[in-house]
Amino acid sequence: MKKTVAIFQAEMKHFFYSPIAYVVIALFTVIVGYFFYSNLSWFVEQQYMDMMRSSQFGGMGRARLNVNLHVITPYFFNVALISLFILPLVTMRLYAEEKKAGTVELLYTTPVSVGNIVIGKWLAGVVFYLIMLAPTVVFNLLLFLYGNPDSLPVLAGYLGLVLFGGAFVAVGLWISSLTENQIIAAIGSFGLSLLLWVISWAAEFSGELLAPVFKYLSIINHFEDFARGILDTQHLAYYLLLISTGMFLTFKSIESSRWKA
Amino acid sequence: MIEVQKLTRYYGETLAIEDVSFQVGKGEIVGLLGPNGAGKTTTMRIITGYMPPTSGTAKINGYDVLEEPQEVKRRLGYLPENPPLYPDLRVSEYLAFVARLKEIPSGEIERAIDQVIEKAALQEVRHKVIGALSKGYRQRVGLAQALLNDPPVLILDEPTVGLDPRQIIEIRELIKALAGEHTVVLSTHILPEVEMTCQRVVIINDGRVVAEDTPENLTTRASGNLRIMLEIQGDGSRATQLIKQMPGVQMVQEQSPEVNGHLKLLVECERDLRSEIARTIVENGFSLFELTAEKYSLEDIFLKLTTQEEVLEE
Repeated sequence: MKKTVAIFQAEMKHFFYSPIAYVVIALFTVIVGYFFYSNLSWFVEQQYMDMMRSSQFGGMGRARLNVNLHVITPYFFNVALISLFILPLVTMRLYAEEKKAGTVELLYTTPVSVGNIVIGKWLAGVVFYLIMLAPTVVFNLLLFLYGNPDSLPVLAGYLGLVLFGGAFVAVGLWISSLTENQIIAAIGSFGLSLLLWVISWAAEFSGELLAPVFKYLSIINHFEDFARGILDTQHLAYYLLLISTGMFLTFKSIESSRWKA
Repeated sequence: MIEVQKLTRYYGETLAIEDVSFQVGKGEIVGLLGPNGAGKTTTMRIITGYMPPTSGTAKINGYDVLEEPQEVKRRLGYLPENPPLYPDLRVSEYLAFVARLKEIPSGEIERAIDQVIEKAALQEVRHKVIGALSKGYRQRVGLAQALLNDPPVLILDEPTVGLDPRQIIEIRELIKALAGEHTVVLSTHILPEVEMTCQRVVIINDGRVVAEDTPENLTTRASGNLRIMLEIQGDGSRATQLIKQMPGVQMVQEQSPEVNGHLKLLVECERDLRSEIARTIVENGFSLFELTAEKYSLEDIFLKLTTQEEVLEE
């Protein structure tokens, strides 16, 4: 446990001692902010036109626009999409850098277990993602300040994002453990994450047998309910399964790399 | 303390080491000596549990490296060929990180770090970022890391690489001071280093152990005959004749005459005949200027052993 914490803390230091962390956080906040702003502007405009129309026709034909449905749900989808692009940049160095710098020799010759390493590093990736998400909470606070959306769906959405991010970090960590080249790690994690995202498309043209499998595998299918503010243990189970699979593969890849070295 | 039995390791198809066996007793300093690529690093990596052998066993304190790696690693300090450093951390942060990996209790970490910083003479750079340090300092941070937790066994892969002469002397003194309480295995291809620091030498060439003994024994054993160098004045051929007749002398060779009329003779004999030769020379009216027994240096032995091996292979 103490060793896991040591690995975790060292990893957090590596993040914040390098300029990458600040660039990534800034970029993420700006892009999420831009998406949020465009979406909100569209929403406000629709609201305004709606008001105009209803005053003209005496309260008739009023569209039902809802902050939760038309701002918050798309917002969570957007954040998930942007995370797909940004998270590989966070996870790429998690293990590849240790291999490149030769510090794996330190890790393997001190009484640290592979489990300590995998959990510590995964945790660091997830906490970094939480730090990335923190500034975006402000955008939602604005909605609460000027409107009255339901708060629980927002919390559910963030829970979904954390699970979604945790899964991508696990996938990225695995890919990073396969190579000592950070660029390859980033491209590989992005490719695999994207594939996990769009694999449901394959369900459209595959047989009855495979279609439900592809649909189940798709990472975004399980995100929908969270974004809408619905908590379903089925989706929770999916993300936990994906996280443990990624960590298990990382574990195996680290163990086997020592035999092949 | 360290028992290495018939270690063999392949990298894919390439044989790195074959049947490497040696033992190191408690408190001993043993040097692994060999040319680059001989298999020193591979052997050390197996002993430290960094990589498994293809076959054979390595035991530390009776714990098998493969079966009880955690127990082995708890008793080990390892300085790899390239010190495993994080360039973005400060020296103190790095050492604190390693201390936690090595299971030093939180309350003792500060003291443990103070100790190794003093041992490796890192006081000046304690709060500096590792990436900004010179090669010599980095090597010492690596050494400090290995010394943390005061492990009974130290495995040091080329500990003096990249240091300046003064630092090399300091590190050698430090390693010598560690003997007794610590068992040390160090690798090097610098011969004087072995002669100065190690009690025993294991010479590895092409993945095999070609010799194992104390530096002194190695030099005397391999030399076989004693070579004596004489500097005299007088008739060279007569002197040669005289010495040749002495029992135990195998060969006398006249070296090229020197400017001031002195002659140099090289005598090879079975045992130490220095006093007999001196008497003969003086009694026969020669002037004796110099008489020295030439020792084979470890360097000669090393070259002899490692080149012989190559000849055999061809």
